Amino acid sequence: MAERSPATRRMLWLVLSLVFAFLYIPIAVLVALSFNEGGLPTAWSGFSLKWYVSLAGNSAILSAALNTLIVALVSTAIATLLGTLLAIGVEMRRQYGKGLEALIFAPMIIPDIVLAIALLSFFSMLNLTMGLHTIILAHVVFNLAFVCSVVRARLKSFDWSIVEASTDLGASAITTFRRITLPVIAPAVIAGALLAFTLSVDEFIIAFFTAGAGRASTTLPMQIYAMIRFGITPEINALATIVMAVSVTALTLSQRLNRGITGQ
Amino acid sequence: MRYVPSRSSLLMAPALAWLAALMVVPCALVLALAFFRRGIYGGIDYTFTLENFGQVFDPLYAGIFLNSARIAGTATLIAVVIGYAAAYAIAAAPRRWQPVFLFFAVLPFWSNYLIRTYAWIVLLNREGLITQLLRWVGYTGEPPSMLYTEGAVIAGLVYNYLPFVILACYAPLSRLNPELAEASRDLGASAMTTFRRVILPLTVPGIAAGAVFVFVLSIGNFVTPALLGGGRFQMIGNLVYDQFLTANDWPFGAALAMALIAIMLLVLMAQAIAANRASGRIAEAEGNANG
Repeated sequence: MAERSPATRRMLWLVLSLVFAFLYIPIAVLVALSFNEGGLPTAWSGFSLKWYVSLAGNSAILSAALNTLIVALVSTAIATLLGTLLAIGVEMRRQYGKGLEALIFAPMIIPDIVLAIALLSFFSMLNLTMGLHTIILAHVVFNLAFVCSVVRARLKSFDWSIVEASTDLGASAITTFRRITLPVIAPAVIAGALLAFTLSVDEFIIAFFTAGAGRASTTLPMQIYAMIRFGITPEINALATIVMAVSVTALTLSQRLNRGITGQ
Repeated sequence: MRYVPSRSSLLMAPALAWLAALMVVPCALVLALAFFRRGIYGGIDYTFTLENFGQVFDPLYAGIFLNSARIAGTATLIAVVIGYAAAYAIAAAPRRWQPVFLFFAVLPFWSNYLIRTYAWIVLLNREGLITQLLRWVGYTGEPPSMLYTEGAVIAGLVYNYLPFVILACYAPLSRLNPELAEASRDLGASAMTTFRRVILPLTVPGIAAGAVFVFVLSIGNFVTPALLGGGRFQMIGNLVYDQFLTANDWPFGAALAMALIAIMLLVLMAQAIAANRASGRIAEAEGNANG
């Protein structure tokens, strides 16, 4: 870009600092308060881990965390398999219709609340008892779309002639997939799976609508929502800090893998 | 392998079947639901009616639609202004720092939405951080009521969706051909004119993508109005939620959801048109710059 005057440069740095302050101060306050002995924003009364200890003794939170883990792991596993196959199937075609593209794209842009009520109506019409299994069915819908888009991005630069060469040399389709295609797309598959896992761990609205009655299938975001509605407690600060640390770690990893493969 | 359509179909089949059974069919079901009557005891009476769509235009509900559009529109405008400024500043930073800045701008977006919204309750509540800061600088009056206001809802929406706007605006800004701006300056245009006539038009696709994203997610939002608006500022999302979980009028809830989808499709179409026009402009500008 053109040379900038010192005044313009100062202005740009000011904009950056203000935006980063806006983005990070709310989170930083939350994290800091989770370590505050008194737990309240009114005064800093010393560093303490007592809110984390009290979390560990909260059975409602622990069971919600376990539910979330089950939902996230199972839905990620299914979505990674289906999404990867879908990506390969789509990309190996020379051309595909706009309809197919729209169908694969839809789960990513459809408002959560619409998918949530659609699934609630569907499950209740089938007289299906709702619980963790229905949340898993629902989470696979958007998770597989995200896995598919990550893997497809990788396959865009894939040289399909290697696959043909492998087939010409007598390798079976399975061998070709295992020895050629999979090693190339593996980082994207793992990145997609990590993304799906995080999306599932954080997803609230669809889980809320498809969990059914009763507390047995409460997930962590549902538990957090209920706690927030009751008011601010120091435990939420501690829980929030842990949840943020987990998703940020998973997504940073996913991002690194993705960057590694695209070489950016 | 690439040329075997049957194999491609086989690979796509499980995922497409999943999407058909758990997205297409349920959404079609909601669309159908919108044409039925609510049963006397809250169930569904399977007689055809258009009443639900009529009810969407009832002044009470139309008012909520307009309110949602206003709140979402304000949030979009603020997010685009801040996001564009941030993206511009990142694109102007030294090359090797740009990915780092971009990464940290998007990082908050990856943490839990509920938690990011909750952080604003901590900041804005009567005994929250902002009140503490005011006290600290000597303010002694009543704590200001900031939570459960429309402003709080807008702040929450802007905060949650800003990272995406930064990302969307950064892409065209970083690809901008610097010679175009230089040419404009050499021909005597002021910095402001160069920005308005050269840079801004060429980065419209990014702005449009970011704006659409914020608007669509804001107008259908129900968590932020519920938590930061304290239930006092109903938006379409809250209305749909109420019809399904409290009022038990599923057909009307379904009609509202379809109206939401219709708005979303309209906005996406507008974006496609804006992006199309801009891409023509970009091709022309690049052609002129290179020719």
